[in-house]
Amino acid sequence: MKIIEQGKGELLTNPDPDLARAHFRKKSRAMTRKVMDVANAVAKFVHDGDYLGIGGFGGVRIPTAALHEIVRQGRKHLGLAGHTATHDFQILAAGECFDRVDIAYVVGLEARGVSKNARRYLESGKVKMVEWTNAGLAWRLKAAVLGVPFLVGRQSLGADSVPHSGSFVIECPYTGKKLATFPALYPDVSIIHVHEADEFGNASMSGALVADEDLARASKHVIITCERLVADDTFRQDPNKANIPYFCVDAVCEVPYGSYPGNMPGEYFSDEDHIKEWLTIERDEEAFKKFLDDNIYNVKDFEEYLGKHGGVKRIEALRRKELMIDE
Amino acid sequence: MSDYNPLELMISIAAHTMEDGSSVVVGTGAPCAAAMLAQKTTAPNILIMFEAGGIAPQLPTMPVSVGDSRTHWHAVMASSMGDTMAMTARGLIDYAFLGGAQIDAYGNLNSTFIGSNYEKPKVRLPGSGGACDLGCNCWHTIIMTPHEKRRFSEKIDFITTPGFLTGGDARDEAGLPEGTGPYKVITNLAIMGFDNPDRRMEVESLHPGVTLDQVKENTGFELLVKKDLKETEAPDPHTLKILRDEVDPHRYIIGR
Repeated sequence: MKIIEQGKGELLTNPDPDLARAHFRKKSRAMTRKVMDVANAVAKFVHDGDYLGIGGFGGVRIPTAALHEIVRQGRKHLGLAGHTATHDFQILAAGECFDRVDIAYVVGLEARGVSKNARRYLESGKVKMVEWTNAGLAWRLKAAVLGVPFLVGRQSLGADSVPHSGSFVIECPYTGKKLATFPALYPDVSIIHVHEADEFGNASMSGALVADEDLARASKHVIITCERLVADDTFRQDPNKANIPYFCVDAVCEVPYGSYPGNMPGEYFSDEDHIKEWLTIERDEEAFKKFLDDNIYNVKDFEEYLGKHGGVKRIEALRRKELMIDE
Repeated sequence: MSDYNPLELMISIAAHTMEDGSSVVVGTGAPCAAAMLAQKTTAPNILIMFEAGGIAPQLPTMPVSVGDSRTHWHAVMASSMGDTMAMTARGLIDYAFLGGAQIDAYGNLNSTFIGSNYEKPKVRLPGSGGACDLGCNCWHTIIMTPHEKRRFSEKIDFITTPGFLTGGDARDEAGLPEGTGPYKVITNLAIMGFDNPDRRMEVESLHPGVTLDQVKENTGFELLVKKDLKETEAPDPHTLKILRDEVDPHRYIIGR
């Protein structure tokens, strides 16, 4: 296959499918009970230096409890898939937990504006950046799922993300057309927040699925946090229900309202006031330090954090907003 | 004095640029308002999609994220990013709306960083997100942006989303699908297109009360000017009413 151009960006993970196969060969197929608390799951499956994937869409269906726990436990030198990473990125940047990132979308919080602190961190030179796109990272996860070293696409041709990524531009052996390559991305560990899961890790979600079905399959280890644990026979009664099968999953943590302050489709809307408070306080570095102490470092767990922001009462209001009651 | 503001004008133009029955992928903000306005006025059968997976929603209010619940409210499907992006790749999506910190004469867009060193950016911007993917594969890219000299730049610091690259056939030669690329640039001053052999930005229509000199003064590169330069049609009262009462009643976008 003719190579036309070669990107100079570093590959932060190895796309070799045989390395992945060697891992998946040993991964347990047993349908065992995997329920544990978030602190244990993070201690057990997220290690310094690991490459991390996060489910959801930045401020939608995010595993907030696990993200806070990663910061609280002081994980460092993580690699990160910045696949529309917004509030999740903001949390991990606050803890300076990662030092390399595959970027599709970071620093911003979409319509809400930009995280000053996350921007400071990326501009500090402490973080290795490799430039991709949303479809590019989606293709990379899909390649991993398929057990092939790369997929091709026409998106990114002509863009500067090609020289700043690990993509090649190659010539198609069938049509002679130019194609960009998207190397398989196998995260060491991913954390995905879902609506329902059983104790074995079978999991279902609703709303936009983003890339989470592929993320769960591509990752070597998966932590599921869920709004609700459901009965063991739930998925057997409706075999179309599961988005993620149990054998992808290593840990299941029940965290009601666990996407807060993010949106959880069908359950509660995002807490825009709290996110705005976070964005605003980042402008003052001293005040932000105290804010992090109050919200993460000196907080026992997610339940205590939620309690500081109105607890279940607040969720009830956000639920009405989500369902467009009172509007 | 006109009885509409520049954003109301831009959103109305964008809404009426899309034919009924066409398909569009939108982001948050003004593009979303344009798609909602189109759906409620001239294009009731428009197919709206969001990159995180929302397909054909009946948008009740403005989303804050292109993945939040509003993007699949009463939708026919809440799908995935791979699914939406694959639709653009196989030629199903007619329009995409983009913006950026910088745009050059060939419609190339930068939303990645400002500065001269990628590793040490002067200002780090969010990056492509889905912008590059949409701009590469959708048939027509509509760019909505404030018309400022620092944005309309001779040389942009990073090509996040390729337009016509160096002009002429450069986009086709790079391998991007034939017949795609920047279609219109809608600003607070004018409408511009690229309908010329060099694929260079060309002023097609001036907004009411705006002079060509004003447009040139706010552009950092030389613009082509269409021979039959038109005056942009002002939005009709019905369109404005729907925009103000139904699309953006809280003036999140049009109040800026």
